Amino acid sequence: MKVCPNHAIVLVDDDPMVLDDECQLSGECVRICQSGAREIAGKRITVVDLVQEIEKDTIFYDESGGGVTFSGGEPFMQPIYLQTLLRICNERRIHTAVETCGYVDSTMLLSTTPYVGLYLYDLKVIDDEKHQSLTGISNKRILENLRKLSSCHDHITIRFPVIPGVNDNERDVSQIGEFVSSMEKVEGIDILPYHKLGIEKYKRLGKSYRMAEMRPPTSEQITGIAERLRSFGLGVKIGG
Amino acid sequence: MDAKPWLSRERAELMTEFYRHSRETSAPVRRALAFEYLMENKTIYIGDGELIVGERGPAPKGTPTYPELCCHSLQDLQILNDRKKTSFAVDDQTRRAYEDRIVPFWQGRSIRDILFAEMSGEWKKAYEAGVYTEFMEQRAPGHTVADDKIYRKGFLDFKADIERSLQSLDYHNDPEAYDKQKELEAMSICCDAIIRFAERHAEKARELAEHEADPQRKKELERIAEVCSHVPAHAPRDFWEALQAYWFVHLGVITELNTWDSFCPGHLDHHLYPFYKKGLEDGSLTREQAEELLQCLWVKFNNQPAPPKVGVTAEESATYTDFANINLGGLRSDGSDGVNEASYLLLDVIDEIRLTQPSSNIQLSRKSPDRFLKRACEIIRKGWGQPSIFNADLVVEELVRQGKSIEDARSGGTSGCVETGCFGKEAYILTGYMNLPKILEVTVNNGIDPRTGKKIGLETGDPTQFTSFEELFDAFTRQLKHFVDIKTKGNNVIERLFATHMPVPFLSILIDDCIKSGKDYNDGGPRYNTTYIMGVGIGTLTDSLAAVKYHVFDEKSLTMEQLLVALRHNFQGHERIRQMLWNKTPKYGNDDEYADSLLRASSDAFDQTVSGRMNTKGGFYAVNYLSTTCHIYFGSVLGATPDGRRAQEPVSEGVSPVQGADRHGPTAVMKSVAKMDQVRTGGTLLNQKFSPSLLEGEEGIDNLAHLVRSYFKLDGHHIQLNVVTAETLRSAQANPEKYRDLIVRVAGYSDYFCDLGKVLQDEIIARTEHKSF
Repeated sequence: MKVCPNHAIVLVDDDPMVLDDECQLSGECVRICQSGAREIAGKRITVVDLVQEIEKDTIFYDESGGGVTFSGGEPFMQPIYLQTLLRICNERRIHTAVETCGYVDSTMLLSTTPYVGLYLYDLKVIDDEKHQSLTGISNKRILENLRKLSSCHDHITIRFPVIPGVNDNERDVSQIGEFVSSMEKVEGIDILPYHKLGIEKYKRLGKSYRMAEMRPPTSEQITGIAERLRSFGLGVKIGG
Repeated sequence: MDAKPWLSRERAELMTEFYRHSRETSAPVRRALAFEYLMENKTIYIGDGELIVGERGPAPKGTPTYPELCCHSLQDLQILNDRKKTSFAVDDQTRRAYEDRIVPFWQGRSIRDILFAEMSGEWKKAYEAGVYTEFMEQRAPGHTVADDKIYRKGFLDFKADIERSLQSLDYHNDPEAYDKQKELEAMSICCDAIIRFAERHAEKARELAEHEADPQRKKELERIAEVCSHVPAHAPRDFWEALQAYWFVHLGVITELNTWDSFCPGHLDHHLYPFYKKGLEDGSLTREQAEELLQCLWVKFNNQPAPPKVGVTAEESATYTDFANINLGGLRSDGSDGVNEASYLLLDVIDEIRLTQPSSNIQLSRKSPDRFLKRACEIIRKGWGQPSIFNADLVVEELVRQGKSIEDARSGGTSGCVETGCFGKEAYILTGYMNLPKILEVTVNNGIDPRTGKKIGLETGDPTQFTSFEELFDAFTRQLKHFVDIKTKGNNVIERLFATHMPVPFLSILIDDCIKSGKDYNDGGPRYNTTYIMGVGIGTLTDSLAAVKYHVFDEKSLTMEQLLVALRHNFQGHERIRQMLWNKTPKYGNDDEYADSLLRASSDAFDQTVSGRMNTKGGFYAVNYLSTTCHIYFGSVLGATPDGRRAQEPVSEGVSPVQGADRHGPTAVMKSVAKMDQVRTGGTLLNQKFSPSLLEGEEGIDNLAHLVRSYFKLDGHHIQLNVVTAETLRSAQANPEKYRDLIVRVAGYSDYFCDLGKVLQDEIIARTEHKSF
């Protein structure tokens, strides 16, 4: 607490707490704590340094046919950075994959297609009204982007997060199946069953996790969803 | 198989009797006659339902002793009986035999007694301080593996070879002709002795068959009698005879003397394949029968616990395992892929039978098919620690670099934990572990062992006066050389002791070129004679050096004086410093050049100090890195270290990073470990732990296979995998009775988790569990 130049750390019941408004990420508290109990999540790094870090594992990618996956948050929130990174990786024959929610600028998304090996594209719900009530935004751009992407890129896998009681019902699942199968080139769907592992992150950030009561879907439920999606002629994987 | 090992007095009694009456003056002939005496008089045991027969002791798990090597005192016997781990039941008769006959004869006469008497004061100080261990203080040099000769020839054929060698002795020009004559005569006596041993089994089997009511068992016993009459006098004709031939040879080696790593069949798949193929083709053998016979052989290995160890030897090798290790795959001597149908057969047997002994490994080459690797991965995933995986191509490079011929190198492989050698042609003797972090401790204490205050090393300078890290590293290398000098001087004396007093004429028959040269295995008879010193704790050493370099010399977070004070106090009152050293220092195992460059420097220094020195047998010294259980012992004599480790905690094992220091996943560990120039070693040991969830499905197998191939592309020598969760291990620790069958990989072998001491258990739990690739 003494070292913080912005007086952003206070004691609450003997536990140190960070005042978000005051914290300027000076890093002094991290530096001074010898036991490594404090950590700034994330750091700034140049494209050159990041590529160097990626290339440390080239021998493993060469052997397995793997590469690097860019993810987030939403990687297209740093579109120029991402595009540069993808171009350089592509030049150096490092296979790339990009995860995106699709709610991004169209031109930016399509400009990456020559450099990306695989897109991992999130789809939550097809019904636009439902999408708006769940996420606060319309899915129109998301679906349009996916259509455009699939017309000019051969390797797209859909990520379908399944939240029990929210989008795991027959109607929503079928709509996903219909929509995805209407695009020729989409490779398949990864079903991502809801899990509670995120609760740790929330705790560490001092935030409350409001879905603590929710249970993950049962394996029968997931199998049922997989069957339904397969009936649309789609390749389905569970997890991913 | 659940029987508790017990001490058998039979061998000790017979050996004592023999020595009392023998007038033989030639050492090799005397040992051969002793061997003959044992083979003629030891109890012959044939168990119910057994197909492959023969025991080292009078019955399964009956473990003999070798008083001519190491005579246990009555106190030792008590300890062996009472101790919690690796105990041996000692009954009253045995105790009395020791008291009345065995101790009075052997006290002062055993090799162990002579050895300690001959070692210098300097040697003893370093030994007692735990700077190194001495392998030959309770056991004999062994460290060798069978090749294919026993499948092509019988002992009558070896006798003919011996006779030819005797005929060719040149008494006019060879001053050693007479010594060679004695050695060859001794070998000949041993040939007859092993044939006699087999015949006695045939006699017993015939006897049992006569009284056997069950017709099927009667047939089996008659077959056993037939087999034991034919082998090992003659070359085996079929699969069953091949297995029995090996087993008699194995028993011969481990009855003659208590050799390290017992003995090994080597490339068993290569040797058995012709018999397997022929048997299937002519209809005399089915796959099921072959499996059954192999399972019988496996049970045989499992019932021969390593003879009891006490003292330091017990601590450096705290296990019942006698380290028989089976190689699968690899290369043929012409360089072609060695994987065959017998390789898969053996993998199936290993998968099913799940015993801790024998150990098994696959020798993976560029030429080995993925199918072979993936089948091994399936078994590895089941989590009981076998098989381990070796880089067959690197093994060849290591051997060729040491000057071996390419054919001999390809026919070689690995044994014990990870040691590299030419099977059937080399004595690659491990002489003891060296406590690398301890040597650093003595360095920063200017030659003093802080545990006792005694001066045991060189005065390499007051470290608080060093102005650069290079000065410290230089002091360390000088200190290292000092102890290596002491150790090798001791070794060279011990080599002569065994050569003169304890030759092994039976083992010599099996290893080229002993018959041709007329010289004993322990006296330079083999084609290649290599001596190893094993480095232990290189991870702890590297992190300690990194901490000093980083904090004292580069960042100047603390002075050398402050560091030494903190270490002296075992960090009591200096917890902040310990946290800084543990958390805020570059660490080995994270693909971080700062720390890894020190790994490279340390391993280069160890190699340069040890390798190339001559032994007394016309061969050379080399290094390897394995620790068995010695990292626990070495940690126990070591104070706090600059990497933040507290006093008496274990040091790092094999070439693995310090437990818990690797935080960037297995790819980073592999990249770090690969920065050691492993081709310049005779083996490195890397332990990695995964939770089963990481390796699920076909994808999990693929990932594991890719990981292994990548590590070998980086010239890694070996990797072995524990696949358990820390939770499982903690439960097993708390409720051992519920986890009796839990097997984990320790070092170059698997063991029952519940047989391990608590410190070793804790240490295995602490080994980093990777939750993601």
